[in-house]
Amino acid sequence: MGQIQNILDEGIRGLEHNFITAKLEDLVRWSRSRSSWPATFGLACCAIEMMATGAAHYDISRFGMEVFRASPRQADIMIVAGRVSQKMAPVLRQVYDQMMEPKWVISMGVCASSGGMFNNYAIVQGVDQVVPVDVYAPGCPPTPETLIHAIETLHGLIETGELLKRRGSTGAGANVHVEAAPAPAQPIPVVLGAR
Amino acid sequence: MLHGCPTGDSRGQTTVFASVDQYVSVVKKLADDGYTMCYDLTAVDYLTHPGRTLPDGVAPERFELVVGLLSIEQRSRLRIRVQVAEDQAVPSLFDIHPGTEAMEREVYDMFGIEFTGHPDLTRILMPEDWDGHPLRKDYGVGRIPVQFKQADRGV
Amino acid sequence: MALVEQTNEGGQELKARSELGAKELLREVGSVLRMSEAEAAALALSEIDPSTDQTMIINMGPQHPSTHGVLRLMLELQGETVLRCKPIIGYLHTGMEKTGEQLTFLQGGTNVTRMDYASPLNNELVFSMAVEKLLGIDGDIPERAVWMRMLLSELNRMSSHLLFMATNGMDIGAVSMMIYGWREREQVLRFFQKVTGLRMNHNFIRPGGLAADLPAGWRDDVLHLLDEINPRLDEYDILMTGQPIWRERLQGVGIITAQEAIALGATGPILRSTGVPWDLRRDQPYLKYEEMEFDVIVGSYGDAFDRYAIRLNEIRESMRIVRQILDRMPAGDYRIQDKKVTPPPRARIDESMEALIHHFKIFTEGFKVPEGEVYVAIESPRGEIGCYIVSDGSSTPYRMHMRAPSFVNVQTLPHMMRGGLVADAVAVISSVDPVLGEVDR
Repeated sequence: MGQIQNILDEGIRGLEHNFITAKLEDLVRWSRSRSSWPATFGLACCAIEMMATGAAHYDISRFGMEVFRASPRQADIMIVAGRVSQKMAPVLRQVYDQMMEPKWVISMGVCASSGGMFNNYAIVQGVDQVVPVDVYAPGCPPTPETLIHAIETLHGLIETGELLKRRGSTGAGANVHVEAAPAPAQPIPVVLGAR
Repeated sequence: MLHGCPTGDSRGQTTVFASVDQYVSVVKKLADDGYTMCYDLTAVDYLTHPGRTLPDGVAPERFELVVGLLSIEQRSRLRIRVQVAEDQAVPSLFDIHPGTEAMEREVYDMFGIEFTGHPDLTRILMPEDWDGHPLRKDYGVGRIPVQFKQADRGV
Repeated sequence: MALVEQTNEGGQELKARSELGAKELLREVGSVLRMSEAEAAALALSEIDPSTDQTMIINMGPQHPSTHGVLRLMLELQGETVLRCKPIIGYLHTGMEKTGEQLTFLQGGTNVTRMDYASPLNNELVFSMAVEKLLGIDGDIPERAVWMRMLLSELNRMSSHLLFMATNGMDIGAVSMMIYGWREREQVLRFFQKVTGLRMNHNFIRPGGLAADLPAGWRDDVLHLLDEINPRLDEYDILMTGQPIWRERLQGVGIITAQEAIALGATGPILRSTGVPWDLRRDQPYLKYEEMEFDVIVGSYGDAFDRYAIRLNEIRESMRIVRQILDRMPAGDYRIQDKKVTPPPRARIDESMEALIHHFKIFTEGFKVPEGEVYVAIESPRGEIGCYIVSDGSSTPYRMHMRAPSFVNVQTLPHMMRGGLVADAVAVISSVDPVLGEVDR
C-alpha cells in the first residue's frame, strides 16, 4: 500500500529504489531521450535551418525527432527558432503552457537566446525571459550541425535525468507557474533610453 | 511643375512636391495619366534634420509622406513628397489605390500620422495597446545596456 | 471560435464576384474582415448561442504547421466556406528600420539581409545599390563585381523557389516534396557557403562591390549544381505538375484578376500569373540583365496553379541565366577601388599607415554618404523589393525603408480566399509565398 501511495505521490521517483526499479527508470529516461518530439515554433530565419535539419541531408529522424507536432499537447521539446517580438511573447508562453510534462526548451539562435543583433524595443531580449530554457544554441542562424549538437546535449541531459531531478528539488524550470502579480501602487517607469 | 506642384530631381528620379490639400487630386490625375500602381507609401520624421533641401515654395514640416507611383505601360516611376505637420491628418489614398491600406496603417503605427477615410486605421506591427510611435525620432531605440559596448557612433 | 448573430460590418456587404465593377472593387469588395483584434478577443469570451446557425469567426495562427511563419488569419466561415478574412501581422516585427538608423552603411547589410530570409542576397543587393546611388558610384562598380552579384542573385532566386516548391508541396499534401526540395536547396547553400562563408544571411554584397572574390573552382561547382538540378526539375514535373490531385487542388483556386492585383500593388509571380508581363529584370533592368537572354514567365488564369508553374519555370530561366554568366564572367576587381568606401585588402594594413587608418575609419565610424534620398528596386523571388534611403550626410542612414513585396502581397489574401474552402486557404497562402520577416520587418 505504502508503495502505491508513493507512486501516486511522486510518480516513478516514488518507487522504492532497487535494482529493478532503477533499471525501469533508466529505461524510461532512455526512451524519453530517444523519441522526443519537437513542437513547431519556427519564427524566422532559424526556422529555415530547423527545417533543413529535418530534411534528408542532416536528418534528425535518426534521433527520433522528425515528427514536428503542430499540437503542443503532443510535443516534448519546444525549439524556439527565431526572434520573439513583443506581440509574439504571450503566444509563446501560451504554447509552452499547453505542453505536457515533461517538457524541455531549446533556444535556437542568438535572437532567441539573447535578443541577438536586435537590441531594440521590438524584440524580447532572450526567450528565457518568457519560458525556462534548457539548452541554448548560438549562431545566426546556427548551422544544422550546431542544432544537432544542441539536441544531442539535451538528449544527454534527459538520459541522465539531471534536469528533471534538479527541477524537482529546486521547484524551478517547468514546475514554475507564473501567477499574476498584483499591480504595484506606483506604475513602474520604463525608460527607453537614447542610443 | 506637374499638375500644379513643384518637381525636383533626386539622383535622376523625378520627385513631385504636393501639399496635403492637393495630394489626393494629384494622385488621381496621375492615376488617369497611367500611374496605376502605388508601390510604396512611407513617411520620414525630419525632427533632427530640419535643414534639408526643398524647392522654392515648399515649406518644410516635421513629417514627410513619401508615395511611390509606377506606370506599367510607360515603365516609369514617380515619387510624391507631402509635407505633413505634427498632428495633421492626411486624406487616405485607399479609394484610388486599395493597396495603400496596409502601408497607411504602418505609417500610422510607426509615426502617428492619421489618415482620414481609411477603412481600418489601427496598429498593424505593434500590439494594439502599444504606447508611442516607434519610428519617430523622439522615441528611443529601446536598447538594454550591454557590457563592453563600443564607443559612440560619430556623425 | 464564436458564433455571431451578424457580423458588424456596417455598410459593407458581401457581393457575388460577377456583380463587381471597378468602383466596388476600389472601395470594398466585402472580402476583408474589418474587426480589430480587441473585438475578436472579446468575441471569443462572449456567450455562444447554439440555436442560431450563422457564420463563425475562427483564428488560424500565429503558430500553425503551415511553414510560412507567424501569420495570423481571422477567417469568417460559413460551414467550410471562407467568406471574409483578415490577415494580422506584426508577430515578427523586429524594428529593423529603427535599427537601420543606428547602424552604419557598411553594417546595414547585416540588418537588411534578415528581412527576406529566403533570399538574403537580394536584400543586400538592393540596399547596396541604393547606397551606391546615393554615393554616386553606381556607374563605377567593376564589371566582375556586377556579374558576380548577378550570379549570386540568380542562384538565390533558385534556392528561394526551391524552398517554395518544398513548402508548397508539403502544404498541398505531397509531403515527400519537402525532402526533395531541400535536397536541391542544400546543393545551392553549399555553394554559398563556399563563396560567402555562410549558408544564410550572408552579408556578402556590400556597398562598393562584394566582400570577397569567388573561390577557385567555382565554375566546376556551378556546372555540377546545374547538371544535378536540371533532371530533378523534370522529376518534379512528373511528381506534381501533371498529377490529377495536384491539379484539382490548385487549378481555379485563389484566382485574382490583373486589375485587382495592380490595384493592390501586388508584384512578382502574383502579378505575372494574371497575365501582366511585369518583371523588373526586363522592364527596368539593373546589373547586366539587359544583356542576358531569358524569358519572363506569365500565367493566364491568375490561380495558384499558375503561380506554381511560374516559379517552377523561373528556376529553369535562372539556370539559363547562370549558364550565360558562367561563359561571360569577366576578370577584374570584385569591389570598387575607392579608399573611402571599401576597406583595403588585409595584407596592405601591415604595410601602409594610410590603409590602416582607412580600415579603422570605415569599420568604426563608417563612410559618410552625401545628403539626399533615393529609391532603388529589384526583382526578388517574391516581387519588387525596394530600398528607400534618406541620408543626412552622416555615416548612418537618416531613414531606411524597405518596400517589402510580401507586405503588399499579403493584402491580396482576402480577395483570393473568398468563396473558397478552408483547405484552399492553405493552398492560397502557400501560393503567395510570403516571408514574414519582410512582412513585419
